[in-house]
Amino acid sequence: MALRKILGLETEFGILHRGRGDTNPIAASSKLINAYVSTVGAVGAAGSPVSVRVGWDFVDETPSLDARGELVHGSYAPEVETHLVNAVLTNGARYYVDHAHPELSAPECADALDVVRYDRAAELILQDSMAAVNATLPEGEEIVVYKNNSDRKGNSYGTHENYLMDRTVPFGRIVAHVTPHFITRQIFTGAGKVGSEAAGVSSAQVPFQLTQRADFFEEEVGLETTLKRPIVNTRDEPHADAKKYRRLHVIVGDANLAQVATFLKVGTTAIVLCMIEDDAIGAPRVFADPVRTLRDASYDLTLRVPHRLDDGTTITALDHQWELLGRAKAYAERVDLVDLVGASAPMVLDRWERVLGGLERDPMDLADQLDWVAKLRLFEAYRTRNGLEWGDARLAAMDLQYHDLRPGRSLAAKVGLEVLVTDEDARLATTEPPSDTRAFFRGRCLQRWSDRIIAANWDSMVFDVGGDPLRRVPMMEPTRGTAAHVGSLLEECATPAELLARLGS
Amino acid sequence: MAERTQKQRTTTQRTDDAPVETPGVSENGEKLKAELDDLLDEIDEVLETNAEEFVKSYVQKGGQ
Repeated sequence: MALRKILGLETEFGILHRGRGDTNPIAASSKLINAYVSTVGAVGAAGSPVSVRVGWDFVDETPSLDARGELVHGSYAPEVETHLVNAVLTNGARYYVDHAHPELSAPECADALDVVRYDRAAELILQDSMAAVNATLPEGEEIVVYKNNSDRKGNSYGTHENYLMDRTVPFGRIVAHVTPHFITRQIFTGAGKVGSEAAGVSSAQVPFQLTQRADFFEEEVGLETTLKRPIVNTRDEPHADAKKYRRLHVIVGDANLAQVATFLKVGTTAIVLCMIEDDAIGAPRVFADPVRTLRDASYDLTLRVPHRLDDGTTITALDHQWELLGRAKAYAERVDLVDLVGASAPMVLDRWERVLGGLERDPMDLADQLDWVAKLRLFEAYRTRNGLEWGDARLAAMDLQYHDLRPGRSLAAKVGLEVLVTDEDARLATTEPPSDTRAFFRGRCLQRWSDRIIAANWDSMVFDVGGDPLRRVPMMEPTRGTAAHVGSLLEECATPAELLARLGS
Repeated sequence: MAERTQKQRTTTQRTDDAPVETPGVSENGEKLKAELDDLLDEIDEVLETNAEEFVKSYVQKGGQ
């Protein structure tokens, strides 16, 4: 049966330390995050600390567990890097250095619009971090952060989505249905890219494509995230009660600056996953060659190219999305979609339909809603005005600069993208947790008692209440620990010791 | 044959599901175009001064 969808985005940002010869991205990322935690972290909303130096607790991290049921031996060193900066923010997010990038894992949300709110909050946090760190650097040096997924030289970094699912749903059924959605949703999720980084594909063949990421996928299903990336990732690490839940870890999407694109990426996928859980999605459309089709769809700016299915017929990406929308609307007649994916469910269906309609009529109508369209429109206009070929370095530079998070430099901030969440609202979300998931409990406890919290992670917190041994509070139910559930309890408790006593742990 | 059947079905579905004609699209389009002209005027001011060097220096290793 379909479960309430708990949702979360993790974003690895690109980083440059400019004005310095020998740059080290790990050092730059550490400086950036430390500057935020120590300078900006003084006081936030309601006099609470914005962020705290609570250690991340790695006890339950098992990134090499495979959803297909096999444990892969030996091939994976632990991905956690305990010596690097790891902060937990009072909005429930984790902010840390992952590999050679600053990464922000936003708190668990229960609605796609809330995901947009916390994604925008993440952008504000990175902007504040840049301001904080750059104030400490010598004249002429600057650390700059980019919200994109490629350096245009074959190196990619991810924007991962997470969806809570029912453990009893066979993984094969998820793969069969979600793969075609991941391939065809690119027509609205793509963040756009000048050229291609795939081997043997020239700029003449692909002057511009819909997505940042499609070039980097080589497998249909697998555990990898850094090489031979699979369309469906099998990492089986639910960060919740593993007997009941699975967390679908989605690595195939782009980082979006367009809020409408983020909203639809998460909103449509959450609905598709509910339909899969309820076995209410009909027969899957199975592409004959999913990896190739992922790229072909990304390379097709006309949205009219038919892609081969394994039954010998064909379908365009747009037609496949119309089909999914039709099924979703029929599904919405039978279930309470608001109960499953949140209050914005009707808005997801409405916007999904309007965006597909726009893509069908003239994609350029969506230049204020979708990143790839906004980019293509801008680059075409610039190219025409200056008589440039697609291979010109100025277009490649603009492609990177679209994702620059500095407000004065960001091209995305200048193209007039529609706003679903105001900056005032997002600003509040930099310090306040969502009220309707366990992130509320994590965030509130950090706001009140950061000096008594030794460590935190997604599914537990460790308190030092003095004298006694350290006390771990498990949070294995992502839908519990909400404001409705523990809000008044937290208000009533003056100390963590009292809280633990009342929780009966 | 199968392909034609499928196309007919999706076309039908589209007609049923998406009769929406968004009013104001053309005015919106005009507005966007005017904004784009302004943006192009503005853009040279903020663009990276040495595009080639910038693109070359933008290297990001070790990502997922």
